[in-house]
Amino acid sequence: MEFSDILDIIVGGLTSGMLLFMVAAGLTLVFGVLRIINFSHGAIYMLAAYISYSVMALFGNAPNTYWMALLIAPIAVAVLGALIEVFLLRPMYNREHLMQLLVTYALVLVIVDATKFLWGPDPKMVLLPDILSGRIAILGATFSVYSLVLILIGFLTMAGLWLFLNKTKLGHIIRAGAFDPEMTEALGINLKFIYTFIFSLGAWMAGLAGVLIAPLTTVSQGMDSSVLLDAFAVVVIGGMGSIGGAFLASILVGLGNSFGLLWIAGIAIAFTFIVMAVVLVVRPWGLFGRPIK
Amino acid sequence: MMLKANKLNTYYGLSHILFDLSFEVNEKEIVCVLGRNGVGKTTLLRTIMGLTPPHTGSINFKGEEVAGKRPYQLARRGIGYVPADRRIFPDLTVRQNLEIAQKPGTSGSNSEQWTIREVFEFFPMLVKLENRFGNQLSGGEQQILSIARAIVGNSDLLLLDEPSEGLSPLIVGDLRERLLALKNKGLSILICEQNTTFAFKLSSRGYIIDKGRILYQGMVDELNSDEKVKDCLAI
Ligand SMILES: Nc1ncnc2c1ncn2[C@@H]1O[C@H](COP(=O)(O)OP(=O)(O)O)[C@@H](O)[C@H]1O
Ligand SMILES: [Mg+2]
Repeated sequence: MEFSDILDIIVGGLTSGMLLFMVAAGLTLVFGVLRIINFSHGAIYMLAAYISYSVMALFGNAPNTYWMALLIAPIAVAVLGALIEVFLLRPMYNREHLMQLLVTYALVLVIVDATKFLWGPDPKMVLLPDILSGRIAILGATFSVYSLVLILIGFLTMAGLWLFLNKTKLGHIIRAGAFDPEMTEALGINLKFIYTFIFSLGAWMAGLAGVLIAPLTTVSQGMDSSVLLDAFAVVVIGGMGSIGGAFLASILVGLGNSFGLLWIAGIAIAFTFIVMAVVLVVRPWGLFGRPIK
Repeated sequence: MMLKANKLNTYYGLSHILFDLSFEVNEKEIVCVLGRNGVGKTTLLRTIMGLTPPHTGSINFKGEEVAGKRPYQLARRGIGYVPADRRIFPDLTVRQNLEIAQKPGTSGSNSEQWTIREVFEFFPMLVKLENRFGNQLSGGEQQILSIARAIVGNSDLLLLDEPSEGLSPLIVGDLRERLLALKNKGLSILICEQNTTFAFKLSSRGYIIDKGRILYQGMVDELNSDEKVKDCLAI
């Protein structure tokens, strides 16, 4: 095997890892702050992918209208996320946990059916702008520009979230609220707004991931559940609520899958869950999670 | 009048914890609530702070009825809560713990507002700890930070839950002196304690509670010389 082949595998693994991270980051953020397992995260991701298709159709369907889709679709689902939090989740915070799970699960059914109704059963194509669709040669291997851009976006997302949560006052308030909501409220902070903001941010990130993946595959029914399963695995491996953990777990799973494919084709699908099982046995709270007291 | 509670009844689920409690705290006054373990002192403070709202009864704070308000609304009106377990955020530094608690007071004039710098001047021991994380502090340091956090939010009334617990006698002495200084700056303090000596040296008036009811109340000198009070507080 040549060096360029290995590079190819690494880039492929990092690309799928970073796409996974984009989904998992919002999921783990929402869990960390709201203590809600958001089953509808995948459906929101799919919805944004469909919206991106329609935005492009609306603007004439030229490849360059992808930029409009990238801007508009995540914002659209972020607004939806805010509405979901205010009107559906907020009344559930004082109820038992099961009710919250039921609400986010019911949302999956509603959103999925809505996409079927609005866009029909046929897959939709989303085109990449010319500037992203070429290949470039680095160190003797050629890579798809878009893969490299996706990897960059994944790292930038991690860096951006880290800076936001660790270097801004709002970030500190969010971390305080995640750690001890009662004391945070007793300091005069209205967590309602924080919860709305975080849920909306999580939806925005799911939406961004949905639009980013659309040109690589097609937009179609079922894309929500396949990504959600992997994203949940990554969140659990990294530690529920830990963004850094989700980041490392995504890289691990991405690279593991692409190298695993090489040696044993069958193992790739199982790899994620084998890692998850091992991590759960050794560290039930995940790589970077906290044991619950 | 800073705080006036009338006939408060508080429950955890079905268990009735506080029974018809009535008490008051005047402006610039330190009042203590004494009682053995499990009599309802923490519950009393949680009731005022809105963390465990009263079932019935009224809480008047600075002339406004506040029973049933959310904790953040009470904090913004000027009540500062310093819980028994301090509840410092472990992953935030001392400065960050203070920054997120900073909010304007209700007095209106800027000159009377605390800044983080002034809080550091008032509690000099925090200065060298500024960049330490919450989980790197000793019990005494956490206690001071927890009080500082309530101060920097420009509270008018402090609710202190057993602040002397677990502290060395030396630090308890410092704490008493700092609390008196806060009173002289115009704050009111409601303090729950099992450490009777500490509480009596600090307060002007006191309430003795047992099983969620007020048994005795009065000036600290009267309570201190009352044999029945001593019996009630004896372990
Ligand atoms: N979260 C809770 N749920 C149910 N009962 C509680 C809870 N917290 C305290 N209690 C009960 O309420 C009573 C008063 O407790 P507390 O206010 O903590 O007393 P103190 O602070 O004086 O030690 C005790 O009998 C205690 O067992
Ligand atoms: Mg107590």
